[in-house]
Amino acid sequence: MSGQTVKITIDGSVVEAREGLTILQAAGEAGIYIPHLCYHKDLLPGGHCRVCTVKVNGKPINACTMVVGGGMVIENDTAELNDLRKSIIEMLFVEGNHICPGCEKSGNCELQALAYRFGMMSPRYPYLFPAKQVDGSHPNVYIDRNRCILCGRCVRSSQEKDHKRVFGFEDRGIQMRLAVDSERQLAETDLAAADKAASYCPTGSLVVKRVGWKMPVGTRKYDKEPIGSDIAGRRK
Amino acid sequence: MASVDAALISRVVERFGKDPQRLMDIVREVHGELGHVSEDAVDSIAGVLGIHRVQVADMASFYSFFDREPGARYTVRLSNCVVDKMNGMQEVAAAFEKAVGVRFGQTTPDGQIGLRYTSCTGMCDQAPAALINGLVVTGIKPADVPAIVEALKREHGKVGGSVLFPNAEVQLNLRQAGPVVLGPFENGSAIRKSLALSPEQVIDEINKSKLRGRGGAGFPTGMKWSFCRKAKGRHFLICNADEGEPGTFKDRLLLTEAADLLFEGMTVAGYALGAVEGLLYLRAEYAYLWPRLEQVLSRRRRHGLLGQNIAGREGFDFDIRIQMGAGAYVCGEESALIESLEGKRGAPRDRPPYPVQRGYKLEPTSVNNVETLCCAARIMEKGADWFVKHGTRDSTGTKLLSVSGDCKHPGVYEVEYGITVDKLLQLVGGEDAQAVQVGGPSGACLAPKDYGRKISFEDMPTGGSIIVFGPKRDLLKHVLDFTEFFAEESCGWCAPCRVGTTLMKMKLEKILDGRGTASDLEELKQLGTTVKMMSRCGLGQSAANPVLTTLQNLPELYRKRITAKDFIPHFDITAAFSEQAAVTGRKFVDHEEAHA
Ligand SMILES: Cc1cc2nc3c(=O)[nH]c(=O)nc-3n(C[C@H](O)[C@H](O)[C@H](O)COP(=O)(O)O)c2cc1C
Ligand code: SF4
Repeated sequence: MSGQTVKITIDGSVVEAREGLTILQAAGEAGIYIPHLCYHKDLLPGGHCRVCTVKVNGKPINACTMVVGGGMVIENDTAELNDLRKSIIEMLFVEGNHICPGCEKSGNCELQALAYRFGMMSPRYPYLFPAKQVDGSHPNVYIDRNRCILCGRCVRSSQEKDHKRVFGFEDRGIQMRLAVDSERQLAETDLAAADKAASYCPTGSLVVKRVGWKMPVGTRKYDKEPIGSDIAGRRK
Repeated sequence: MASVDAALISRVVERFGKDPQRLMDIVREVHGELGHVSEDAVDSIAGVLGIHRVQVADMASFYSFFDREPGARYTVRLSNCVVDKMNGMQEVAAAFEKAVGVRFGQTTPDGQIGLRYTSCTGMCDQAPAALINGLVVTGIKPADVPAIVEALKREHGKVGGSVLFPNAEVQLNLRQAGPVVLGPFENGSAIRKSLALSPEQVIDEINKSKLRGRGGAGFPTGMKWSFCRKAKGRHFLICNADEGEPGTFKDRLLLTEAADLLFEGMTVAGYALGAVEGLLYLRAEYAYLWPRLEQVLSRRRRHGLLGQNIAGREGFDFDIRIQMGAGAYVCGEESALIESLEGKRGAPRDRPPYPVQRGYKLEPTSVNNVETLCCAARIMEKGADWFVKHGTRDSTGTKLLSVSGDCKHPGVYEVEYGITVDKLLQLVGGEDAQAVQVGGPSGACLAPKDYGRKISFEDMPTGGSIIVFGPKRDLLKHVLDFTEFFAEESCGWCAPCRVGTTLMKMKLEKILDGRGTASDLEELKQLGTTVKMMSRCGLGQSAANPVLTTLQNLPELYRKRITAKDFIPHFDITAAFSEQAAVTGRKFVDHEEAHA
């Protein structure tokens, strides 16, 4: 990455962006929050959720994979884009079986937090009520595919952080699901309790056992302030 | 697992150089030998390759032609494309179920025959069609089915060998050959003309011809080659012969009739790009063409038109390998195709970087359609000046159209760019069409008021699929069929397409069921817009086109179908409990009447 910068415009503000950064990263450095879900700052982008879609010179573009270019005119916080993003969040809710009030991730869940941020009351789409597999075989970590949004963070972090390959995908389309590197279940993989992969799940799908209720509901991250506040707080 | 299987797998993996990037071929061969890819086979392949089993399972579970469970000796894959349905596919399906004694999706208890549906097989001009263990059977009528099934039961179906059952034949159906692509061609002429120029001059000539990609996106070919050539690295050329857009079969004709022209075009491209390796990605449905294509390649090698020092030019080396696909429409998308070539699931990549920058093996790669490469060979043979005499100012040359549906003469037509839809309908005998689907499900549905539009990049671009809907068709049903196709073929990588295509399908079903309201139409439009705007690749970005273009061009189709009520829930409680109601003999009370 060079030390050079380029000028881009985000929602009318001119931003000096370091060359080589993605739109999402450059916006973040400038204290501009672009909503995102499958992206995590420690990991390579996956391009799954499309929530970070912005318009670049009028065309929809994925902000976590697109590198900044001088003169880009970017729309981000617009009513149109926010409704499109909200509708993706609603799709993810109806695609799975989410039980927020009883879920141990409630308050720390990025999916839930985005739903709040976008003012989702209930999804506009009909629930699909799919039958999903739960895997409690591992002594320290369990998988509840009911809450999996196929963001791929566990797949990527297992490779990038743990230098393993515990997770992958199987099948395609609406049948696509999270798979593990064994014939049957998680216990038969080489996932260790200390693996980073277990800590990157944005929802309550991949959860470390016995710690879920340590922090009382009401005091959790997104109970206190909406998702994205930390980034927006950086704005000068 | 049986040691014989382990030995077989080792042998196969060794034969492909223990290269994980050849996983498609490895799994294909193992599948061919064992009839499915068992859990043990997955373990064993991963073990010998030194990769993780989750990688093998990921890839093998993605493609519809790889069975993970023990399959049948003979699998009948009936093409369920819109055009097959228009030609009586449902009756044929019923005849199969009757003759075999199981439903679609099932296998006979003795494991002899399995019935499956599959997406468009590229035989719409001779629909309904099916693949039986890879063998193409066309023009099936319900009356033909008992003989086919009888042959399979008695194992006379000999796939690959002498075939005893009826209809196992692919008709060419070339209706109109034009001067550009399908004119007479002398082998080697384009290569010799190219070698008289520098690679840059070849690209200049292609630029001068204004050739644009025939695969659908219409990117200028010369520009693509130039970007690719200028990018640093080891260059690759890929010919996209995945032809999966429902209603398209013009590449099938070229692969059958003009294989030499295609390979010549690939060789010219190889010279222009500085590539030494060309890959032809052939869709699994066209596996029957593979042996013949290999023969043509061998002959060209013998004649010095492929291999080392081509056409006597010291140091010009280029060869072509054929890669078989395994049943996934999305693999026609160039970056998904590249992932598939690298032995992975066919999930598209985010672009940029584009394949010309970082493609196959992350090296500069030009992906070109079959027809585009055929055009390139003709341009080098006859010159750009000759080429631009055909077509319009911005759409030079001719276009191969695959025409099917309600017309008298379905088949392939080579037409000049600029032809109106009206004129085309006269040519094919489909004048009474109530609508025409141009560009397949990814394209647009045109109503008669639009028949003056011209097939060209500037007005009505198309990869070549033209489906004619006659006056009696229930168009909305076909909109649902198209939407189902996208839901079936969505790769699942990104949320808006993965979930949105299924939701659109449900919405359409509700409307077709007579339970739609005005607000459902609004929601359908909103849903389509999300899928179109937010999806990662061209599949998702066009998956809403059948819905959105009919909502716009033929709104009365929908208005006729909806009820006057403000709201009807998606969940139909009466339907959900109908079985219980029938068992208990109790009737439902209409709540509105009861509360009135
Ligand atoms: C879902 C999808 C399917 C596609 N299928 C094909 C195909 O079967 N054949 C093809 O040539 N191009 C197909 N394309 C277009 C390719 O991505 C690419 O643009 C094309 O192969 C480039 O070749 P051309 O420039 O010669 O047209 C498809 C695109 C998408 C998004
Ligand atoms: S748009 Fe559909 S096919 Fe394309 S990446 Fe997304 S899920 Fe896959």
